[in-house]
Amino acid sequence: MEIFADWTLRVVALGAGLLGAVSGFLGSFAVLRRQSLLGDALSHAALPGIALAFLITGSKATVPILIGAAMTGWVGTLVVRLIVRRSRVPYDAALGLVLSVFFGLGLVLLTVIQKRPDAAQAGLETYLFGQAAALLRADVVVMAVVATVVLLVLMLAWKEMKVLTFDRAYGESLGLPMGRLDGLVTALLVVTIVLGLQTVGVVLMSAMIVAPGAAARQWTRRLGSMVTVAAGIGVAAGVSGAVLSSIVPRLPTGPTIVLILSGVVGVSLLMAPERGLVWRRLQLGRLRRRPRQEPVLMHLHALSLQHPDDPDHGHEVSVLRTMSPADIDVEGALTALAERGLAASDRRGLWAPTELGRREAQRTLKREADR
Amino acid sequence: MDAGHVPAVEVEDLTVAYTGSPVLWDLDLQVASGTRTAIVGPNGAGKSTLIKAVMGLIEPVAGAVRIFGKPGLEVRGSIAYVPQRATLEWDFPTDVLDVVTMGTYGRLGWFRRPGAPESATAEAALEQVEMSSFAHRPIAQHSGGQQQRILLARALAQDAEIYLLDEPFQGVDAPTERAIVRVLDDLATAGRTVVVVHHDLQTVAEYFNHVALLNVRIIAAGPVATTFTEDNLRLTFGGRVGVLAARAGSV
Repeated sequence: MEIFADWTLRVVALGAGLLGAVSGFLGSFAVLRRQSLLGDALSHAALPGIALAFLITGSKATVPILIGAAMTGWVGTLVVRLIVRRSRVPYDAALGLVLSVFFGLGLVLLTVIQKRPDAAQAGLETYLFGQAAALLRADVVVMAVVATVVLLVLMLAWKEMKVLTFDRAYGESLGLPMGRLDGLVTALLVVTIVLGLQTVGVVLMSAMIVAPGAAARQWTRRLGSMVTVAAGIGVAAGVSGAVLSSIVPRLPTGPTIVLILSGVVGVSLLMAPERGLVWRRLQLGRLRRRPRQEPVLMHLHALSLQHPDDPDHGHEVSVLRTMSPADIDVEGALTALAERGLAASDRRGLWAPTELGRREAQRTLKREADR
Repeated sequence: MDAGHVPAVEVEDLTVAYTGSPVLWDLDLQVASGTRTAIVGPNGAGKSTLIKAVMGLIEPVAGAVRIFGKPGLEVRGSIAYVPQRATLEWDFPTDVLDVVTMGTYGRLGWFRRPGAPESATAEAALEQVEMSSFAHRPIAQHSGGQQQRILLARALAQDAEIYLLDEPFQGVDAPTERAIVRVLDDLATAGRTVVVVHHDLQTVAEYFNHVALLNVRIIAAGPVATTFTEDNLRLTFGGRVGVLAARAGSV
């Protein structure tokens, strides 16, 4: 009995870990492309497919059910694309529409199925929240295959993926086949989500996609490290969720994995250097102490207007200091203006605006006048 | 110039529409090789759309684009495109040099990764826009002007015959404006063709030698001296234009 328990745990942990890895890889790109909701819409759109596959085949065999899920998930993405292209409805609203309509349809079909007198339907609702304990060796093998394909695509088409994510239009202008690559990535995302339905279910699968990428972005400055860290977070959450739910009785695997991921995201949003809330609060204090430059430039411009024949006529720092409010660091502002090429000092330490400085000041005046 | 007879960019009967109403209507435009052309027009005139259509980024309802006499889609990569910086998501995990290196991706082809020669090209391009010291800083940490120079450097790394820039002077600081103008000068010296969507009427005559006045159709196009007139501006911008034209004339 103990060996059996161990065996189950090993399969579940391996499956959840692989799912976490693939989710981290693909989710990173979804997060960077502001497509986080796509995973949500896709997984919810899979539900009617699950129900329809059962209605047509009359069995709960995994393969036909997942094929049904993939088909309606895919149809969901097509409908989103159609809505965006053919109407003025924006992308996020189209995703929301597809998500709720498909999910509602799925729930209605599930209710209809459950009212049927035979007992064959029992257990279909596990796809809502997943049932990792039911994972089979074959499922894990399929996941390993998908993970390998995703890894291969990323390794071979790394620079193409980077352009697609950062600036798709530019990639197209270079003649790189952005459309085909986008299609491939979306297809892989559909497959990943469908595989995840057994483990974490329709409702929570989108968190699996979004959370590792969102957390990893906080800690990294390079795309390569972000994707790697995201995959690592996915693996760690998957495996530890599986182990935890095997130790604690009645703890469901999928929700546990998602809870762990949420914790990681929370810590990352707060604590990460450079991007975390805590770090940025400190940075904001430092920024407040930087010298204000605009008033000094405007004064320099006003002074130079008094010498229309000699625009480079220099002025003492002390003059500028008397013109400026007491809280302005005049020397600091002048240095900053010089760095920006807007002001210059001559050998005697007298200051004048440059041609660009004068133009910048005129622009500011015009902006004020337009307001 | 020997290539002078074949226009660098030739747009013929181009019509583009987004969900129904036409943005560009039956538009003809020729850009001679080696010229510096400003595309000028009011908001919603279709300036960016024209650039995107020339790049083949949007499918026209009708019309054709030829680049040095060849269909536009065949010679992709020979035109360097500088998009409006505001259309990009700058919170992307990479550094400046990496973005500039993207300019070399078209030459590299599938599966090949950029190496030392590509990095050298990118560094030279960064030098041209005076951003060398920022090469290894994350792109998220830059001002609008610096972002504009990064995108310009990426286009320079492409080493293209034709450069299409969409509003490069929009909201940039003084050193950036200066750097962009110098790059435009360098490109002109090298005999490259430059087309810029431009909104500042006051600097058109200073920065460009050709102008195309656009408002859904081409109102007028040709050398700045003969085309950039008050009458043509009024036709392009409508009633409000007296002020603008007067200001442009006074510079």
